Amino acid sequence: MSAADLVTSTPSRRGPGHSRTTRIVIYGLLFLFALVYLVPLLVMVMTSLKPLDEVTGGNMFALPRHLTFAPWSMAWGEARIGVSDTRGISGYFFNSVKMVVPAVLISTLLGALNGYVLTKWSFSGHKLVFGMMLFACFIPFQSVIIPMAVILGALGRIGVGLADLTGWSFGLGNATVNLVIVHVIYGLGFTTLFFRNYYAAFPSELVKAAMIDGASFFQIFRRILLPNSTPIIIVTVIYQFTNIWNDFLFGSTFAAGDTAPMTVALNNLVNTSTGVVEYNVNMAAAIIAAAPTLLVYVIAGRYFVRGLMAGAVKG
Amino acid sequence: MATLEINSLRKRFGTIEVLKGIDISLEKGGFLVLVGPSGCGKSTLLNTIAGLEGISSGEIRIGGAVVNDLHPSKRDIAMVFQSYALYPNMSVAENIGFGMEMRGVPRAERDQAVASVARTLQIEHLLSRRPSQLSGGQRQRVAMGRALVRRPSVFLFDEPLSNLDAKLRVDMRVEIKRLHQTTGTTIVYVTHDQIEAMTLATKIAVLKNGELQQVGSPSEIYNRPANMFVADFMGSPAMNLLEGAVMQADGQRRIALARKDGSSIMLPVPASADAAGLKDGARVIFGIRPEAVNDDESMDRNAKSVVRFDANVEVIEPAGSDTYVVVRVAGKEVTARMRADADVRLGQPHTFAFNLDKAVLFDPTTTRRI
Repeated sequence: MSAADLVTSTPSRRGPGHSRTTRIVIYGLLFLFALVYLVPLLVMVMTSLKPLDEVTGGNMFALPRHLTFAPWSMAWGEARIGVSDTRGISGYFFNSVKMVVPAVLISTLLGALNGYVLTKWSFSGHKLVFGMMLFACFIPFQSVIIPMAVILGALGRIGVGLADLTGWSFGLGNATVNLVIVHVIYGLGFTTLFFRNYYAAFPSELVKAAMIDGASFFQIFRRILLPNSTPIIIVTVIYQFTNIWNDFLFGSTFAAGDTAPMTVALNNLVNTSTGVVEYNVNMAAAIIAAAPTLLVYVIAGRYFVRGLMAGAVKG
Repeated sequence: MATLEINSLRKRFGTIEVLKGIDISLEKGGFLVLVGPSGCGKSTLLNTIAGLEGISSGEIRIGGAVVNDLHPSKRDIAMVFQSYALYPNMSVAENIGFGMEMRGVPRAERDQAVASVARTLQIEHLLSRRPSQLSGGQRQRVAMGRALVRRPSVFLFDEPLSNLDAKLRVDMRVEIKRLHQTTGTTIVYVTHDQIEAMTLATKIAVLKNGELQQVGSPSEIYNRPANMFVADFMGSPAMNLLEGAVMQADGQRRIALARKDGSSIMLPVPASADAAGLKDGARVIFGIRPEAVNDDESMDRNAKSVVRFDANVEVIEPAGSDTYVVVRVAGKEVTARMRADADVRLGQPHTFAFNLDKAVLFDPTTTRRI
């Protein structure tokens, strides 16, 4: 059955038991909760568009009387981050981008590869290996910090050694590279879990057919598995992107000063103890910090439900 | 020289032996059907031929060369899967050409081969579609196209028709048969459907619990089953199996089927049986196909040995072309396949006749045919 058949054969949403009153109650409640969730964002946006005196002297829920975008440009390019830096959060924003993009791509790809091996090339003991990888999902962030610091320290020393030998440290010891390594390792348990469960339901006959067709291990992965994994790739990317972008603990531990990611910079901006607290600038910075994850949901969310495998096997 | 040769093949999963010493050979252009109930090892056997599963001992030869350790793609085989296993992300043409692409065949040559196969299977108009846009029968055809385009020495079919509805299944069966006849390919075909086995095969191998029960032509399997399992499994309705005893009567050796009223139906020893193997007083199983149980009117005119008996009609099942009549003989239900307009009435006695030319005897302890 194709996806189109499924849609058209779905019975009418107005079931026999749903009277008008029931529906009013249901939609009323849904509307109410949507409002409750949206109010903080609304206040943030409004506050970020007001001059500071309007913020401190007026009602939090009042619409801006003098609309201004100055807090936004302030937050982006001029705000004081920490003690000495007055270049805004833009630099840190790109620090985050440089960290998130490779970390998401690498951890997703490795998760897919792990899932492929664990389901379609299952070796003896594959259940144990998977169980141990699952364990990574339950380890609290805090408990890995010290071992991780030790390892990153060692990698940094190797980087120095390499730099002495070849003139290039191969990125080892660089704060952004360190964060990518940390997030890839920490995310691997989750991405492997996602892909393993998806591939467990993936028809093995397709893999066998490709083997008979002469495709190699990686050719099967690239030509058969990956093109049919769009839904789970999107789920994984959204999950990883959100987690890594929003991470504060690893960022504040392993990256300092100029190399800190967005979340750490936002904290430094908001927690400043000098001068007046510029709520409008803080709000603008917070929205900028949250924007990429929102964007990912808006762009990728609609692919979420697409069942690409419809009709692949059986009639 | 046989195209496919399997010698004392064994396959173990841990301590469980799923194939217990299989010996089969198939000549070029032959159509071998592996048939048996679920879990008999027929699909495993096919997978070992394909190389998708390794073997524990024995050897498999394709075109004379031992292929035991060869990768599936190097065995000169092609396989059609039960689920068709079409790559959902590729068009029909890409599906058919994928194997050639993997082997590095140039694009022009590939397109030509795909087009020619598509012509043979009449799927030219579907080449740019995705598998999800095809019907069950069309997917089946594409799956066959993907196998055909390789021109392998052996085709492997794993229950290819079991996902189709009844009518389409009959059509595709004819199509596979025609394909075999016109292209002269060598085929190994797995099914649990004994009618598919009978209609398609030039050679049938019946398996049960990983053991080969019998290998032979469809007519050998049907008329001279090696044991009671094969007799019961092949043919629909199943062969009637009745208990009897060997004894002397009128100076001749007879098979006696005891009836409820104390009398016996005395039968001459069927021609198929080895008379030397019979001892007086021994118990035997008398096997006869439903179409060899009939009445005088529609009895085969050429039948040499016919024995009549009276019995009450217990069930009548009209099947359109035939009428199946169930009666009770020697404590067992016996199905007779009679002509559609047979004059039988429920609960009434009727005179039936066994055509002993078609009967067989089995040893009840070994279950082998005598």
